[in-house]
Amino acid sequence: MAISVDEAVPAPPVPDDARRARRRGGTGRAVVEVALLTVVAVAMLFPVLWMLETSIKEGQDIYAVPAKLFGFDVTLDHYKDVFVAPGGGRSDLSVALLNSVVVAGSSTVLATLLGVPAGWAYSRFTLKGEKDQLFFILSTRFMPPVVVVIPIFLMYRSLGLIDTQLGLILIYTAFNVPFTIWMMKGFVDEVPSEYEDAAMLDGYTRLQAFWRFTLPLLVPGIAATAVFALIFSWNEFVYAIFLTSSQEVRTAPPAIAGLIGGSTVDWGLVAASAVVFALPVLVFAYMVRKHLVAGVTLGAVRR
Amino acid sequence: MTTTAGHPVREAATAQPAPGRPPRLRDRRLAVAFISPAMLLLLTMSVFPLLWALYLSFTDYSATGNAPASFVGFANYAEILTSPEVHQRALTTLVYVVGAVGLQTVLGFGIAYLISRRTHGRGLLTTLFLVPMMLSPVVVGLFWRFMLDAQFGVVNSFLVSLGLEPVEWLTRQRTAMLSLIVVDTWQWTPFIMLIALAGLTAVPKYLYEAASIDRASEWFRFRNITLPLVWPLLLIAVMFRAIEAFRLFDLVYILTNGGPGSSTETLSFHVYKVAFLGFNTGTASAYGILMVLVVIVLAQLYLRYLNKLKEG
Repeated sequence: MAISVDEAVPAPPVPDDARRARRRGGTGRAVVEVALLTVVAVAMLFPVLWMLETSIKEGQDIYAVPAKLFGFDVTLDHYKDVFVAPGGGRSDLSVALLNSVVVAGSSTVLATLLGVPAGWAYSRFTLKGEKDQLFFILSTRFMPPVVVVIPIFLMYRSLGLIDTQLGLILIYTAFNVPFTIWMMKGFVDEVPSEYEDAAMLDGYTRLQAFWRFTLPLLVPGIAATAVFALIFSWNEFVYAIFLTSSQEVRTAPPAIAGLIGGSTVDWGLVAASAVVFALPVLVFAYMVRKHLVAGVTLGAVRR
Repeated sequence: MTTTAGHPVREAATAQPAPGRPPRLRDRRLAVAFISPAMLLLLTMSVFPLLWALYLSFTDYSATGNAPASFVGFANYAEILTSPEVHQRALTTLVYVVGAVGLQTVLGFGIAYLISRRTHGRGLLTTLFLVPMMLSPVVVGLFWRFMLDAQFGVVNSFLVSLGLEPVEWLTRQRTAMLSLIVVDTWQWTPFIMLIALAGLTAVPKYLYEAASIDRASEWFRFRNITLPLVWPLLLIAVMFRAIEAFRLFDLVYILTNGGPGSSTETLSFHVYKVAFLGFNTGTASAYGILMVLVVIVLAQLYLRYLNKLKEG
């Protein structure tokens, strides 16, 4: 830190008047800052509030010009439409949401099973070309999905994996594994390796030491990592739209996007299904808020 | 010490308590056993497909045709690199990346700075600001499409009530690009904010105290303490966003579908059109490989820089 000589010389005491003026300037400034933050908060949250509002508005109020911010008729019909088909029975959207649960859930379990041991191994052992391996692993996550999906599409077509949940689960696992490894390596780094050394001196093997002493300490980290993986696969759209097509297989993002395909769009239904789809994500994200910085940078930045 | 049969004295003296093979070798085996399943998956699902795309990029293969692929050398690459259409898409992508990431950086850092100066309600504010980032691009794209609708969109409704002309946000060339940038900025400003905030709260308090004892001006403090300490982390966030913006597909697909005309077609979107609407799989593969090269360069820069930051 460079501070020049003039600035370093102590100044004469500030007269009372000036101090008061500065304080007043300070509060004025604080007011401006709070006002600015409020404006930004409104701008950031308005679309979300508008979505919530649209999802409970009567049909004609949704298309009202000028838009009705207040005083609209409230209905829960759109939410009913999300889950119940017009003729009764389960709606296409509810099937898609269930598919999303299956696909996101299984791929998260798989990515965790593959990523946690690998993250531990990268943290504990010095391996040949370890840094390069870790770089390579994260690089695969940066590949443009539209490009990767071309050969994956051909590959799946010859393996019969097109339009199957297994296909989606595999590709989602592959795209969550790099994240899981990086994230878990960070969590393992925080557990002193001395615990394992001590356990091994007591006659446990390395594997037993990992299983009995390190793994229990990693549980919160594993949970946070799994929640992020779950969010990533839940929100994924590109692979889903290219690799699945049938009603029974496709997940919620393409199903919701499909709602605007026709000539008339039921925006109330779009809003309600978007709320139903996004709510779990927000709840989960709130649960892992302590790890958000690491999570959203794919485990690369830790604070 | 008595030696057991077959064990020389020296080895027995230094042997570990655990019997069997030396621990280091077993550690290595354990590491291989733990890492290889994950690596195997990445090799089959990421590397192998890319190698296949690399092979296809030298052929005239079409995913719909029955004709076997024939080798065409670098013709696909030559076609892509000299195509004015591709140049146009590259320019569109550049405008989008620079515009969106630039706006996000300025806004995100500004908000983080304002939040870091507050003592009350910081947690609540941060949590609220982060909502857009956690939403799926599908939800974000659909919803903004509704809000930006020319007839009954709430944005135009506001404009009209302010006495302004309504704007055809998504159906005019200029405003379509602007809309894309605005929506992306809405979604990803929180990302920059989150990371900038992490950097800002990590600045040691005593530096500010020292500066205020020295009666340093606000600007001086910002310029000489805050910025240099937060900048490295901010740059990480910016590079990360730039890579993400470069490969953006879903938001374009939902919000504008590349239109009007081709004014919002990014490179990713164009690859999709060539591959899945034109069925020129060979050409699309070459196109994709070129994009992958760009991403690899960007990712390498990012990771190098990250590594430097961690060690420094």
